[in-house]
Amino acid sequence: MFDAGKVIIGLVIFLVLITFPVWYNATIGNASYVPDPQIITTAPACVAPTAYMKASHMDLLNQWRDDVVRRGNREYVAADGTVYNKSLTKTCMDCHSNKAEFCDRCHDYVAVGQPDCWDCHIAPEGGAR
Amino acid sequence: MLENALRGDRRYWSWIALLLGIMFVAFLFYLRQSSYGLGITGLGRDVTWGFYIAQFTFLVGVAASGVMVVLPYYLHNFKEFGKLTILGEFLAIPSVIMCMTFIFVDMGQPFRILNVFLYPTPHSMMFWDTVALGGYLLLNIVISRIVLDAERKGITPPHWIKPVIILSIPWAFSIHTVTAFLYSGLAARPFWMTAILAPRFLASAFAAGPALLILFCFILRRVSKFDAGREPLQKLAVIVTYAMAINVFFVLMEVFTAMYSNIPEHLLHFQLMYFGLEGNTSLVPWMWLSTVLAVVSLILLINPKTRRNEAVLAVACITTFLSLWIDKGLAMVIAGFIPSPLAAVPKYWPTVPEAVISLGVYAMGLFIVTVLYKIALSVRERLAA
Amino acid sequence: MSIDRRQFFKIAGLATLGLAGKPAYEVFAQGEDVVDSVTVTSETPPVPTGPLTAHRWAMAIDVRKCLDQKDCKKCLLACHQVHNVPDFGNPKDEIKWIWKESFEHAFHEQDFEHLPDDLEHQVVPIFCNHCDNPPCVQVCPTQATFRREDGIVMMDQHRCIGCRYCMAACPYGSRSFNWRDPRPFIKQVDPAYPTRTRGVVEKCTFCDDRLARGLLPACVEACEARAMIFGDLEDAGSGIRELLRQRLAIRRKPGLGTKPEIYYIV
Repeated sequence: MFDAGKVIIGLVIFLVLITFPVWYNATIGNASYVPDPQIITTAPACVAPTAYMKASHMDLLNQWRDDVVRRGNREYVAADGTVYNKSLTKTCMDCHSNKAEFCDRCHDYVAVGQPDCWDCHIAPEGGAR
Repeated sequence: MLENALRGDRRYWSWIALLLGIMFVAFLFYLRQSSYGLGITGLGRDVTWGFYIAQFTFLVGVAASGVMVVLPYYLHNFKEFGKLTILGEFLAIPSVIMCMTFIFVDMGQPFRILNVFLYPTPHSMMFWDTVALGGYLLLNIVISRIVLDAERKGITPPHWIKPVIILSIPWAFSIHTVTAFLYSGLAARPFWMTAILAPRFLASAFAAGPALLILFCFILRRVSKFDAGREPLQKLAVIVTYAMAINVFFVLMEVFTAMYSNIPEHLLHFQLMYFGLEGNTSLVPWMWLSTVLAVVSLILLINPKTRRNEAVLAVACITTFLSLWIDKGLAMVIAGFIPSPLAAVPKYWPTVPEAVISLGVYAMGLFIVTVLYKIALSVRERLAA
Repeated sequence: MSIDRRQFFKIAGLATLGLAGKPAYEVFAQGEDVVDSVTVTSETPPVPTGPLTAHRWAMAIDVRKCLDQKDCKKCLLACHQVHNVPDFGNPKDEIKWIWKESFEHAFHEQDFEHLPDDLEHQVVPIFCNHCDNPPCVQVCPTQATFRREDGIVMMDQHRCIGCRYCMAACPYGSRSFNWRDPRPFIKQVDPAYPTRTRGVVEKCTFCDDRLARGLLPACVEACEARAMIFGDLEDAGSGIRELLRQRLAIRRKPGLGTKPEIYYIV
């Protein structure tokens, strides 16, 4: 019914274009570096283990957000019994005070460039982009 | 089937190019709106809904009106509408898509729109309106696809499609009823808080939609080999006549209630529309134009001699459509916000970006109509050949 | 009988006031003779004693006390300052959580024809009524605005899709929309409180964050005339209830059945 040859050529062009970012970065070498977020902190421990925070900090933040705004529940008790205020700017950024060095390095790398948080919440001075 | 839309003469392609051009310009304006915010429109703290939502409301009516050819054909076995049902469904699909696009461009945070489904809220009429519109779109896509496919292959459509078509009939009524409920349940806005709003919406929809369909059939007769025939269009014209008469009757009932009861919060909105309020007269010429057009439409439609003359009928359809568009696609939403709950008389008029973006959505709708009609008529032409 | 009960509540209210554990808001909420025993001004905020909680938060506004302070804007300046409310300088884009509206407009459904001289052409503070039966909550398609158990009508800006249905439904015009990016129009950004982003709705939240820290709403704290009385409407011994027992209060558009929780004592 249709010209099979043209269809195949079209599909190949489509595949090349859609995979462009992958092979472009592979050739240029941008994908090979590993981001190195600076953990600027004054506290001995985070609210949760590092491995959990690395993988799931967004879940924790969403949980905190809903707890505070929707349930009026502002206290977080860590595994070691320490009580924290569920607050991005007052608890997280208290230690990780440099947004550019801490948040942005990884977020830029994985191209989740600017999470919506900073549209409203105000990053500590000096760390803003 | 889609390949039918890729074959056409120069006139077809220039029409397509024109529509795509308008859509492109409108898209640029939309990019501007999404970076600046909805402040680019004429909307403000007091008039929070305007041209976009009004177009949405009007087009829900056009979408629902497809039922005016489907119902007689499938429930009353009214054979003359056989050739028209697909056109009705192919008008409903782009109308619903335009509705959804108008909602999308009106959102402050359009990319969060899925929150409506992530946090379903049965006590919000907007939730039900989303459900109703989505369902109606799906129904019409399934029905038109199955029926046209069967027609193309020269077979009878599968039996299961009949109940789906029957379901689409009450569903069509429901989309416009729920859209009226968006407004008529608000204690804060006395102008909209009237039980007659849903029936009035349906009446105006069943006049404006079929009027548009008649006009499309006249155009198709000129630009294609498709002829809907004289009698089906005359029957549609009768539907337009009754619906328009009922609509005008409903409007007069609204006016009576507001005028005779003399309650300021009801009366002031009518005063704003027809005479102006505290210097705000932007709607006045439009409302009188709508009134004159409605009277002209009724005279031309009710009189059998004029209605049976196709040239006059075309004029009557244009006046009907314009009259109802002014009433519902312009004034109805704006007037509900003026005066404000604090008795202020704010001003609102759509800005250029707002108008261009709206034009772009309409161009998109016409584009989809063109492509769908092209497909349907090409299938028919091939069968006839 | 009724007088006995009244006196009982009065005594009970005063007695509980003396107890150390009673939160500071009660001090404000009591009549003026009691307030004098504790000096609280905006310079020396009350020492927080844990979160302030209630079964149903409400506010009474002593209109005459408010009017005594000619051209006073302390409540709205304080509110807009702590909540990073922008000032666009035009009515179209305007965002306001609390503002002064003429008595005639705030209560226009009453169609006051001949007001007492001291009320005529005067302005009263108006803001979200934190209705018991809020139409905004009813219409919101995402539950971005919702009513807390303690009666506060909250706004979750994270979830708001910006459809502005709540603004169409609010009979009091209490809601504002971010028609454009508010940040450049905030005179002095308080980093402790978030700003909003364009495309979401905002309004008064009865300072839920301050209540959680044991502080009274910013407007109440800023009002030097102590014309704003904040308290628990379900606590029969609360100051606001005491005041409502003594004086006639009106509410905005009570006929709509929204049950507004802001009482204007006239």
